[in-house]
Amino acid sequence: MAEITMREAISQALWEEMERDERVFIQGEEVGVWGGTYAITKGFLDHFGKERVRDTPISETAIVGSAIGAALGGLRPVAELMTINFAFVAMDHIVNEAAKLHYMFGGQFILPLVIRAPGGGGRQLAATHSQTPDAIFAHFPGLKVVAPGTPVDAKGLLKSAIRVDDPVLFIENATIYQQKGEVPAEEYTIPIGKSKVQREGSDVTLVTYSKMVSYSLKAAEELEKEGIEVEVVDLRTLRPLDMEPVIESFKKTNRAVIVEEGWRSYGVGAEVAARIYEEAFDYLDAPIQRVAQKEVPLPYNARLEQMALPQVADIVQAVREVLE
Amino acid sequence: MANIVEMPKLGFDMAEGKLIKWIKAENDTVEKGDALAEIETDKATVEVESSFSGIVLKHLAEAGKSLPVGEPIAVIAEEGEDVDLDQLLVGTEKRIETKEAPETQEKEQQERVTEKEKEEAEDFVKASPVAKRIAKEENLSLAQIEGSGPGGRIVKRDVEKAVERGTGKKEAKPSTVEIRAGKEETFEVSKLRAAIGKRMQESRQNIPHFYVTASYDVAEMLQTRAQMNKDLPDEERISVNDFIIRAVALTLKDFPNLNASISGTTLTRHGNIHIGVAVAVENGLLTVVVRNADQKPLRQISEEARSMIQRVKNGKVRSEDIEGSTFTISNLGMFNIEDFVAIINPPEAAILAVGSAKEIPVVRDGELDIAWRMKATISADHRITDGAEAAKFMEHLRLFLEQPWRLFA
Repeated sequence: MAEITMREAISQALWEEMERDERVFIQGEEVGVWGGTYAITKGFLDHFGKERVRDTPISETAIVGSAIGAALGGLRPVAELMTINFAFVAMDHIVNEAAKLHYMFGGQFILPLVIRAPGGGGRQLAATHSQTPDAIFAHFPGLKVVAPGTPVDAKGLLKSAIRVDDPVLFIENATIYQQKGEVPAEEYTIPIGKSKVQREGSDVTLVTYSKMVSYSLKAAEELEKEGIEVEVVDLRTLRPLDMEPVIESFKKTNRAVIVEEGWRSYGVGAEVAARIYEEAFDYLDAPIQRVAQKEVPLPYNARLEQMALPQVADIVQAVREVLE
Repeated sequence: MANIVEMPKLGFDMAEGKLIKWIKAENDTVEKGDALAEIETDKATVEVESSFSGIVLKHLAEAGKSLPVGEPIAVIAEEGEDVDLDQLLVGTEKRIETKEAPETQEKEQQERVTEKEKEEAEDFVKASPVAKRIAKEENLSLAQIEGSGPGGRIVKRDVEKAVERGTGKKEAKPSTVEIRAGKEETFEVSKLRAAIGKRMQESRQNIPHFYVTASYDVAEMLQTRAQMNKDLPDEERISVNDFIIRAVALTLKDFPNLNASISGTTLTRHGNIHIGVAVAVENGLLTVVVRNADQKPLRQISEEARSMIQRVKNGKVRSEDIEGSTFTISNLGMFNIEDFVAIINPPEAAILAVGSAKEIPVVRDGELDIAWRMKATISADHRITDGAEAAKFMEHLRLFLEQPWRLFA
């Protein structure tokens, strides 16, 4: 076991898969010479060469569009978007081509594309550069959406994402690249579409993913001091959504809080709550609480930005309310 | 000459009659005595005969209409006669029927709806799904558990506490029959029932009743009847009640007070003895009248009673069948009844209630024996008569019931 950062975990996964399969290549803005805006691909260009580490123009449409073409042509591209906020320019390629061509061509082609994109806010990058629009992408059948919250999950899931023949949107978080975690030394993968209990507890079920996993674990530590045992279930994959550990936990605790960095309305929490109501109605002891970003475009002002984003205190408060 | 047919008075206290249907249509020829229409009194539907011959010029009332007694219902004119209807009907008053306000019905319905809503609100207990489930599994009543959740919601911990405490347990259901709620029905009683009810209530409230019971050895009467019926065709069989009618009629000859009516302090002894016989019909009873039963032989009484009862059962009773009794007999003997007490039929002075004839153990000369006995109870009006007289009547009646030859001599 080794303790590494999210950045290192993602970088390692990428490197190991590019070593393993020569069809795997990466393209995006600043991935080559610069070594990646978040230093993920530092050293890649020298090792793999410019055919497999490709700097692109500032055009997400081109990045994703050509990657789709490459995938249809038999390669296994990893397209990096500098932030997920820029995915909207390539929306048509992502949801109308990447997600659908395999179906619409009657299975004649596979589309083994991975789009890597970090989201999230908190660095004063202002409204258009700080969003967490994960739910929007998870809405589309045909697209797999993965959003790990720990280094071990990030490495294992990115490997799986590169190895599956389906288009996968791999959502990272811009502010937790330095978050540390234990990772096995040996080769391993983590299957896409499996939720995981990150912390066991008996009083309330916290359902969360990505950056909010660490926030939820912090909240759990605080609540433990008051004698409240919180169980944290990490979704890890948004589509396909694995509700089994969530329901199992909920049947034990009868109360749930869903934590996400995105907005509340039409968000991941809405989907998870609906499924809990559907699948575990008879175990419900209180209405499900949702912790999310305030319903405003994220402010630029540092204090306002932090007020708008969900914090550990909000999670603690929500747990208290659900236990009333 | 044109004649106006009026709503006839078919009973001594009839105020209004309902025209059920016209038997003679407009422009039909009618002879005096022909059935003209079916009219419903509060007791029965009766065919009314025309008192005039001619052509039915006009129906002044339609089928289904109720009119007061005396109100014009038709005009019968001679063939070819020219009649000015308006002139003819001048001076007669036409009554407008008032319709009952449907408002009261609506209000009642509204009241019922809001009451139901209130009931439902009171029954609603706030409890979380898991609390409800556990309560159900543990056979606990949510109504007896206090909720500690927001707004008094019963939550899992409340139910778990209740389970621990062992309170709020529903009574263990004994293995019994599943009770199914009966259906309560409310409806308006028939006109006949209403009329009987009114009559009997008046009788009970106004007449000071007293009662005398006697038990009769009817062995010989039964034997005589059997002998007669042996030689008579089935449709002419004599009944026990026929014997009783004649017996009572003959007894009444010596007890004019019991064949009378009182109004205030004025007593009217009727002179004629018309025996009324109670006949059960659907939802009520009618009394058919054997007129001058003291003067008619047993077979005639039997035949008349039989015909009238038949008409009653067929719904074709005539008004004279059911009016004019001076004394009534009510016989429940066909039901295996020991004895009973009847309510006087006003304006009569008394009524005789007859039970079943049965074989019972009796004491004869200090020895136990079996004999036929039939009990009868007279209800009498204490304004007209008293116990001694009633008792004497019952004793005198014994002669005719226990010595049947007296009915023929």
